[in-house]
This record gives sequence, structure tokens and C-alpha cells, in this order.
Amino acid sequence: MIKVQGLRKAFGKQVVLDEIDLNVAEGSIFSLLGPNGAGKTTTVQILATLLQPDAGTVSIAGHDLKREPEAIRRIIGLTGQFAAVDTVLTGQQNMMLMVNLRHMDRREGKRRAAELLERFDLTDATNKPVTSYSGGMRRKLDLAMSLIGSPRLIFLDEPTTGLDPRSRQTMWELITELASSGVTIFLTTQYLEEADRLANRIGVLDKGHLVAEGSPADLKHRIPGGHVELQFADTVHLNRAAQSLGSTVRDENALTLRVSNDGSVEALRHLLDQLDSASIPVAGLSVHTPDLDDVFFALTGKTNEKEAV
Amino acid sequence: MNSLTYSIADSLTMLRRTLTHILSNPIVTLLTTIGTPVILLLLMYNLFGSVIQSNGATSGSYINYLTPGLLLITGIYSVGWAALRINTDMTQGIIARFRSMSISRGAVLNGHVIGSSVGTLISMTVIFVLAYLMGFRSAANPVELLAALGLIILYVLAIMWLAIAVGVWGKSPDVVNSVLYIVYILPFFSSAFVPTTSMTPIVAWIATNQPFTPIIDTLRALLTGAPLDERAVVALAWCLGIGLVGFIGSRLAYNRSARL
Repeated sequence: MIKVQGLRKAFGKQVVLDEIDLNVAEGSIFSLLGPNGAGKTTTVQILATLLQPDAGTVSIAGHDLKREPEAIRRIIGLTGQFAAVDTVLTGQQNMMLMVNLRHMDRREGKRRAAELLERFDLTDATNKPVTSYSGGMRRKLDLAMSLIGSPRLIFLDEPTTGLDPRSRQTMWELITELASSGVTIFLTTQYLEEADRLANRIGVLDKGHLVAEGSPADLKHRIPGGHVELQFADTVHLNRAAQSLGSTVRDENALTLRVSNDGSVEALRHLLDQLDSASIPVAGLSVHTPDLDDVFFALTGKTNEKEAV
Repeated sequence: MNSLTYSIADSLTMLRRTLTHILSNPIVTLLTTIGTPVILLLLMYNLFGSVIQSNGATSGSYINYLTPGLLLITGIYSVGWAALRINTDMTQGIIARFRSMSISRGAVLNGHVIGSSVGTLISMTVIFVLAYLMGFRSAANPVELLAALGLIILYVLAIMWLAIAVGVWGKSPDVVNSVLYIVYILPFFSSAFVPTTSMTPIVAWIATNQPFTPIIDTLRALLTGAPLDERAVVALAWCLGIGLVGFIGSRLAYNRSARL
């Protein structure tokens, strides 16, 4: 469905995407995983015909991006990071705006709009202006609007960022449902859990480089399964611990040390034994399940600075 | 459907959207666009009307003198809203949605310009009715009245294209407002309230050489049935020039961020 080769994009001197290759199979969910500033939104903007790449070839459903953007626009739907809805109009008016812009038959469009609003649980709010909608409702309306023309490919740029846990759960269910109806989904996210749960394949993007690509199982195989954060009383202990443990990430201000660890009793005992034999007192300890930081640490050997602030 | 009918259909869809925006809060929209012109009309007429008229500075009644300028000023007070409406589109997510869809080029801009122009003409009608109630009477024949209407429509389209250009180009509502400020004050240095002959030389020079004076004078001549002079050509040139700059400017600004 999507074939990308050697994609490059720079804004001024800042290279945002560097030699990206991607292949997304029809009917699958592909997730681009990365922190803020990794180039996820830029990638989506290029694939959704909003931005011109500097180099590389992009083909979507067999249409070349540069030569046939209109053909691509007819088969894609885009739901961005910020709900792209008209807040002055009502939910129904927003849907009909899409019906008209897709040049659909009005009666058929009305039926489809009602069906989508119902499926997204927005029927009660249909005739209310979007200003009165909650964040979760706006995202759902946004997605419903993208679906009205029955697109074959949908771009979801961080569809759950800023949503409360319940709305996130609903969004995940909708996305899964959508994929089972045969629509190809290109999703960006900052959350490993989200990519893991939804995607068939995940691409990990770091500062414009695709550092890994594979199935969730492939990737998790490469992640050491979480980490332990050790708290120390002072810098002396912190330094000594850092020396004796080898590969760690330190935070001077918080006096903490992060060590890769799967959190099992076995592994924890081993870690504490190491510290014990070096007689370094530990002030506190917390176990973390794998998150995006661990993925980055494992794949790039450095923490994701922007997230760690 | 071919590309022309698509283009018209998309522009009409966008026009409907703009009109829905304007009508979603009719009282507020109407008050904010005609509030200032109404106050100006009442203030000028009641404070200075008798002085200016007895002074002989204007031929005929002062309300007849005042009305054409105020109709055009009403247009100016709709410019800000038009610019802010499209600026909101540009700075929020919806423009990305429109661009990622197969919508004919220019439909977004056309919808805004035509919708805002229709809104402006409605505001002008309200001002005209008020002026009529205050005693405005036209001695013009039907052809002159038609020409006056044509000039008004041309003027409104011109300033709306300019408004849309500023709205698309501006990175934020603040930028848009500051740029448009100059447009707001220009009419005060024109022949809208008093003839240029009664101004000090410097102000008179500014008034004569800026767009509003020839457009106002021409509209006044058409509405009162007075003969036209070379100012009519200058007025037309200004309208076409402003409209063309706005039209090209808004397309360039719109495409600048599209790039595909």
C-alpha cells in the first residue's frame, strides 16, 4: 500500500527525515513509534500529500506522490494530532461538509454520516456545536469525518495523545475494528504500549532515522524488558554504583541511576547482590516495565533526551 | 462531473460553510460589523451635520454626503472578521484536512471571499436602511443606481481578497489585526466625512492620494446622480488593483504552506 524509498526532508539546515525506507502492506496496521521531534508528523504530512519531500520516492496504492497527488487524496483519510474539525459547526454539519467535499450522493452521505456517528457513540451530540464537545468526542468526530469517504488508507497522527484512559481505550477499539474491515492504517505514537497493542509492524524513528523496523515481537525481543531505577543518598554513592554496574543512565540532579533489568526476582537479587558486595547503600528502588525510553536505550544506546526532561 | 463543475461545487460547499459561520451567531456578527459604522453615522450626523451643512462645505444635505462613505466604511469593519475566520482555519487543524482531500484548488479561498462578501453586503444594507430613515434620498436614475451597486460589489470583493490574503499570510490573529489596523484608520483621512477642500494641505494630500477618497467620491456621484469625472477611473483602478493584489497574494500565501 505504501512504498517509501530514500525519503529525505530538511527544514532549512535541520534534517528532519534522513533516508527513510518503509513498506506497508495493504490491510495492515503500521505504527511509527518515536518521541516528539523524531519526524513522525513530518512523515505523515509527506505521505498525506501536505508536504513535498526533498528526495526519495513515495508510492501509495501504486500512485506516485509527486505525479499523482490528487489520485492519492481520493483514497486517503487523515486524522491529525489536533482534531481537524470545524468547531463552529455541529457534528452533523461537519459530517455533511465532508460528504459534499467528497462529492458523494447526499442521501447516501447522510445515511453513512448517521451510521458513523452512531458507531462512534456521538448520536446524542449530533446537532450540538463542536465547541461543546470534550477532547475525546472531538477526536472521535475527527476520525468519523476521515472515514466518510470510505478511504482505503488512514493516517492517524498520535490519535490518543492527550486523551484520558477511557477515551484512549475507545479509540483503540475503533482502530482495531477499522483494521478488521480491511482498511490500511498508518499510525504514529509515542507510546510503546499503543504500538504493541495495535500494530502488525512497528518502525522506530529517532531524530529522522529509522532505527528499527519489525513486528512487535521482533522489537520486544531486542528490548531488555524494562529497567530499575536506583536512588542514592549522595553523588559519591551514585558514582561508585555507576562504576560497578557498568552500562547505566545517570541523573545527577535526582541522584538516580537507571539499569536495564527485566524486574524478575532473580534479576533484582543479582543487582542488589552486586551493590551489596561493593557495599554501596541504596536509598530507594523502583521497577519499571518497558517503555519507549527502554526501546530507545536498547536501539540507540542513548536515552531519549526530549522525553527525559 | 468535470473539473470546472467540481470547482464550482467545492466553492459552493465552502461558501455554505462560511455563511453558516457568519449566521451561527447573527446578533454578535451583526453588532460587531455594523456597531462602529452606526455610531459613526449617528455621531457625525448629529454632532457636525448642521455645522457642515450651514457652512456650505457640502452641496445638498449632509446625510446624502455621509452615506456613501459610511457604506464603504462598513465594508472595512467586516474585513477583520473575514481575515480572522480564515486565519483560524489556517492555524488550526482543519486546513490540513482540506488539503489532504481532493478538493479543487482555490475552493477554500473562494468560499471565504464570497461568503464574507455576502455578509458584508448584508451589513451594508442595514446601514443603508438606517441612512434612509435618517433622510438619505437619491436623485440617481436606475442605471446610476445599478452602477453604484456594481461599484460596491467590486469594492467589497477587492477588500475581501485583501482580507483573505492577510488572514492566510498572518501567522497568528495578533499579526492579522496589526496589519489590518492601517486599513481601519485610512477612511478617517478621506472624503468620507468632510470634503478634501476643507482639510489642511497635508491631510488633503493624503486624502486625495489614498484609495478611499476616489472610491467614495465616485460612489457618492453615482448615488446622488451627480456627473462622474476622472476620479471614477482612479476608483476602478484602485478596486481592481487591490483585488488583484489580494487575489494573487492569498494564492501565493496559501500555496506557500501547501507545497504540493
